[in-house]
Amino acid sequence: MKVYVPRDSAACSVGADEVAERIAASSQGRDVEVVRTGSRGMLWLEPLVEVETAAGRIGYGPLAPEDVDGLIAGGMLDGAGASLGLVEELPWMKRQQRLTFERVGVVDPLSTVDYVAHGGMAGLRAALALSPAEVVETVVDSGLRGRGGAGFPTGIKWRTVLNAQADLKFVCCNADEGDSGTYADRMLIEGDPFTLIEGMTIAAYAVGAAEGYVYLRSEYPDAVATLKDAIGHARDEGWLGPDILGSGFGFDLHVRVGAGAYICGEETSMLESLEGKRGMVRAKPPIPALEGLFGRPTVVNNVLSLATIPTILAHGAAAYAAYGTGRSLGTSVFQLGGNVARGGIVETAFGITLGELVNDFGGGTSSGLPVRAVQVGGPLGAYLPVEQFDLPMDYEAFAAAGAMVGHGGIVVFDETVDMAAMARFAFEFCAAESCGKCTPCRVGAVRGVETVDRIVAGENLQQNLVLLEDLCELMTDGSLCAMGGLTPMPVRSAVRHFGEDFRA
Amino acid sequence: MTSEVVAAAPVPVPGRAQRVRELAEDLRGLRGALIPILHAVQEEFGYVDQPDVAVIADVLNLAVAEVHGVVTFYKDFRRTAAGRTTVAICQAEACRSVGAVELAEHARRTVGCGFGETTHDGRITLEEIYCFGNCALGPAVQVAGRLHGRVTASRLDALLGESR
Repeated sequence: MKVYVPRDSAACSVGADEVAERIAASSQGRDVEVVRTGSRGMLWLEPLVEVETAAGRIGYGPLAPEDVDGLIAGGMLDGAGASLGLVEELPWMKRQQRLTFERVGVVDPLSTVDYVAHGGMAGLRAALALSPAEVVETVVDSGLRGRGGAGFPTGIKWRTVLNAQADLKFVCCNADEGDSGTYADRMLIEGDPFTLIEGMTIAAYAVGAAEGYVYLRSEYPDAVATLKDAIGHARDEGWLGPDILGSGFGFDLHVRVGAGAYICGEETSMLESLEGKRGMVRAKPPIPALEGLFGRPTVVNNVLSLATIPTILAHGAAAYAAYGTGRSLGTSVFQLGGNVARGGIVETAFGITLGELVNDFGGGTSSGLPVRAVQVGGPLGAYLPVEQFDLPMDYEAFAAAGAMVGHGGIVVFDETVDMAAMARFAFEFCAAESCGKCTPCRVGAVRGVETVDRIVAGENLQQNLVLLEDLCELMTDGSLCAMGGLTPMPVRSAVRHFGEDFRA
Repeated sequence: MTSEVVAAAPVPVPGRAQRVRELAEDLRGLRGALIPILHAVQEEFGYVDQPDVAVIADVLNLAVAEVHGVVTFYKDFRRTAAGRTTVAICQAEACRSVGAVELAEHARRTVGCGFGETTHDGRITLEEIYCFGNCALGPAVQVAGRLHGRVTASRLDALLGESR
């Protein structure tokens, strides 16, 4: 009999390890195997324990270690007692369409047997039966766009790398998930790392790359450890190495750990860092697809983009493109965080509204106070008021509203938030994290902090608001990368929607 | 409040230069070896000392200035030893929405030093971090490498007490 307890670092941050230990200690004498999985993403229920029964997995949570003995006495190990019912039937799970996150929270992340039993490697096997160009066109046809935030069509990027002539090409996975409010990359790597490995291997086959690198942030030590272990298992299985699945195709994968620089989530800065240099942004062109890592043609994709590739290859481009709306096809992995009653992972087709995510899934704030603002797409995304909750999650709809979907992070704030302070913080963060290469970002961020301070102090209010808008326009148009170019987005949206906070 | 902060005096480790050279030589074959080498040195010694920079530069055939530039670009690389316990408090937006700024103020008051500083008894180093990816269970705090979620002021006091 199996009992599943997450090993995800979010679950462990609220006591999952202690709960797992207690279950193991308290169920001695019974045939109980405690399996550590990723998290289902219902983070408000963590630690969430699942017990295998004939009907399916029965959930218990949130549990404290001291709850365990009583629950076991009440029949937990037989699926009885005060349970949440079948986990798959919970409304939060039932309303989702999990493709990328299909196995997260279900499987033992380091079990190759579990991986294959739950559909793993079907995508790579399907890819190896096609020509590289056919794999690229499948990805183009799926409509998959870069999940890191920019939304560039993944297949088009791959086609550029495939057509580039070089003796060596690379596949790089950007796992420098530095945006506050985003944690799906971490959860996928901790919960189902073989999916990322499989996706990168398919990418390598499609473009003719021999080496891959995952640039993973140092703030995620558990993800680093899990991915390194998973790569070792994958090599043992022949899923990586000189002759993958007996196909004659060779590819190997390495983890590089970041060193605490937010800017290294920008793709060219990440490449500099992978080369062992300061993470200074490069001017584009040349684009990384032609001159990327060490000057070679390089695929740079986000974790979620690469982890979605196996399901596309396994089930076909049309099956994936059947989800979504307009030019935002497929599913996206939204992440609810901040002051939210039910925070966690919601993977659904694009087109769900912001309000459905925050209210229906999230249940409003955790403080119980009314929602005042949500920031979508990380620190560089817009702050939106509840009046915009009918916005569909769609790249174009968000762009038209002066906002961005970004990496799908949604941070909720209640009515106590001071939006002028949040605007100031956006500039402060940019000033601290700017690589310093271009003036609009390096100097503009500092001037921005000063200007917000003058506005809040009531100094020449109207003139300083004009100055702030002018500065924002200059940073947007004149910065070398998205750090300086998008810092104005949270600032401008805060002024536009919450102007009263700027008039002391 | 500002407190008197004395950086922990570097304790000379016998044979450090030789050991740094070994670490660098072990990893020099990697592509982009410098950052993995700096991580290895910090892992073993707790910080990257200035003399280490010249040794690493020599092994990689880089200018000392290039290595210095990399060491100082990345926040992770410490130039002095940290206290016995490092307490890192997330200060990013999601944790701010649930009181991380107030929690940091409480920590500064209780611990007696600011972010990026070490208490003069060498017990605690306080750091600000921008995101552990625990955004639905904030405020997030890492104590001695272990992540904690939903950390209130009293929970932080308890965690600090355990690290004594």
